[in-house]
Amino acid sequence: MNVIVCVKQIPDPALPGELDPSTNTLKRDGKLILDESDSYGVEMALQLVNTAGEGSVTLVSMAPNDEVSGLRTALAMGAEKAVLVSDPSLAGADALTTAKVLAGAVGKAGEYDLIIAGTESSDGYTGTVPEQMAEVLGLPSVGFAKTITVDGDTVKVDRQTEAGYDEVSCSLPAVVSVTAGVVEPRYPSFKGIMAAKSKPVDTVTAGDLGIESVSWAQQISSVEDAPAREAGEVIEDDGETFNKIVEFLDNLKVI
Amino acid sequence: MGIDNIWVFAQADGDAASSATAELLTKAVSLGGTVTAFVAGAAGGAAASMADHGAAKIYETGDLAGALPGAAVSAAMQAVIDGGDSPDLIMFPQNYEGRDVMARLSVKLDRTVLTNSTEISVDGDSVTVQTPVFGGTKLVNSTFTGERPFIAAFRPKSFEPAGGAGAAGEVVAAPVPDLGATGGATVTAVHVEETSGPKLDEADVVVGGGRGLGEADKFDMIEQLAKQLKGAPGASRAIVDAGWVPYSYQVGQTGKVVKPTVYIAAGISGATQHMVGMKGSKNIIAINKDAEAPIFGVADLGIVGDVHKVLPQLLEALAARG
Repeated sequence: MNVIVCVKQIPDPALPGELDPSTNTLKRDGKLILDESDSYGVEMALQLVNTAGEGSVTLVSMAPNDEVSGLRTALAMGAEKAVLVSDPSLAGADALTTAKVLAGAVGKAGEYDLIIAGTESSDGYTGTVPEQMAEVLGLPSVGFAKTITVDGDTVKVDRQTEAGYDEVSCSLPAVVSVTAGVVEPRYPSFKGIMAAKSKPVDTVTAGDLGIESVSWAQQISSVEDAPAREAGEVIEDDGETFNKIVEFLDNLKVI
Repeated sequence: MGIDNIWVFAQADGDAASSATAELLTKAVSLGGTVTAFVAGAAGGAAASMADHGAAKIYETGDLAGALPGAAVSAAMQAVIDGGDSPDLIMFPQNYEGRDVMARLSVKLDRTVLTNSTEISVDGDSVTVQTPVFGGTKLVNSTFTGERPFIAAFRPKSFEPAGGAGAAGEVVAAPVPDLGATGGATVTAVHVEETSGPKLDEADVVVGGGRGLGEADKFDMIEQLAKQLKGAPGASRAIVDAGWVPYSYQVGQTGKVVKPTVYIAAGISGATQHMVGMKGSKNIIAINKDAEAPIFGVADLGIVGDVHKVLPQLLEALAARG
């Protein structure tokens, strides 16, 4: 059971985000970390390989620079190796370009049975890359997985829906996107962190994947401040403030 | 040229257009040109409602027979486009089915997608969408620069639906072609998680609970308050990820967008992820221990206090009123 996991290295979401004043795209030039929403996919893949009793987990990722610290986190969790497409021409790439590049990177990652991705990244959140990648590769896909079990050449997925969930059966190989919270991502052990330092990261350019020119048919024309919502009254609870809430609801005629 | 032919990815909700479909059809009509609904599944009794919201033509794939919409509906769309009816713009709702179909179609047609938008404007041949970023504090305007059709997805509740358009609503079959390997996924069972009371995204009152509740059992207070106010309970991503409540409760960027008359945020700090989903509420009440919590920046009434004290008192006072 070989599983490929798509991971993204993003600016630390705990820090305030900034737009590059020249391109109006998100600044991604500082230290990048593993997108937390990808840690669920990594964990899920490790568990599937463990259950199968053989195989390994390979990471594929794309970055405008050769940053690897986020990848090392996933390698420390237990992934075997990584393919990183690092190319300054990919800075600000749209989701379609990203999907084509990742599909190209999958071609460098060796044999696989399943590709796992997060449903959306925490910084760009376009939310289309897993399904686009499946289309580029000509594979079936299941989005928003809560659980994944592999049974021979079929994967069974409980897929989140508006109303509840669907049970889906899908032939392999396939692309499955997972929601956050599906599994408890492990913390890398000290041994894992040390081992990750020497695990192979194959760094390639878009050109190495046969993707010669990259462009995308969208242009940010302007950025403006949203109309601010006025803050109202803020009061310290003195044991009686619940009356304020009752009064507020009463005035709105909802009680 | 101009933007003359607009498609809307449409879904039926029983015998009516889904709320997202009605919103997008209404907006499409306001942009001018001819509006077509492309229904994932069978239009059935919802065709009349789609025409009422402006669909002059309605393509329907027919029953998908368990196929996931992503591969199936995008292939049906491509077949119609290859057949000569090629739209200038295709509008999708930012929901599970919408984004899967949009993603597949973008590859089939080799077109970029712009997602998570809340506004669209047309100026001659140019189409620009507006997307809130950084928790809705900044608005990014992006313009399509390539070949048509332009593909854009919009968050629910971005537009007001309006019926009475009186469009023809001619129903035309758009069958799903053979999908080959991409059609390898089949739904084998459907589970509906029953909730009592109004739907989260339609309720007049929403009571949202967050990490400040401390533990899963305390979410009961949120349920009780929602019931008392004939509203719906909601949750922040933090407690959904922690497994306290199902994903269907989630209010936020991922999850539901709500715009109730009153939103009560209890033990929610107001992370960007959450604010995007509830900032449009007409009135916001926040209860949080931390006076510095960002949620107080948008609250009409903010109580700096312990939810474990304030909520029981509030429940008691409301119960006493009967």
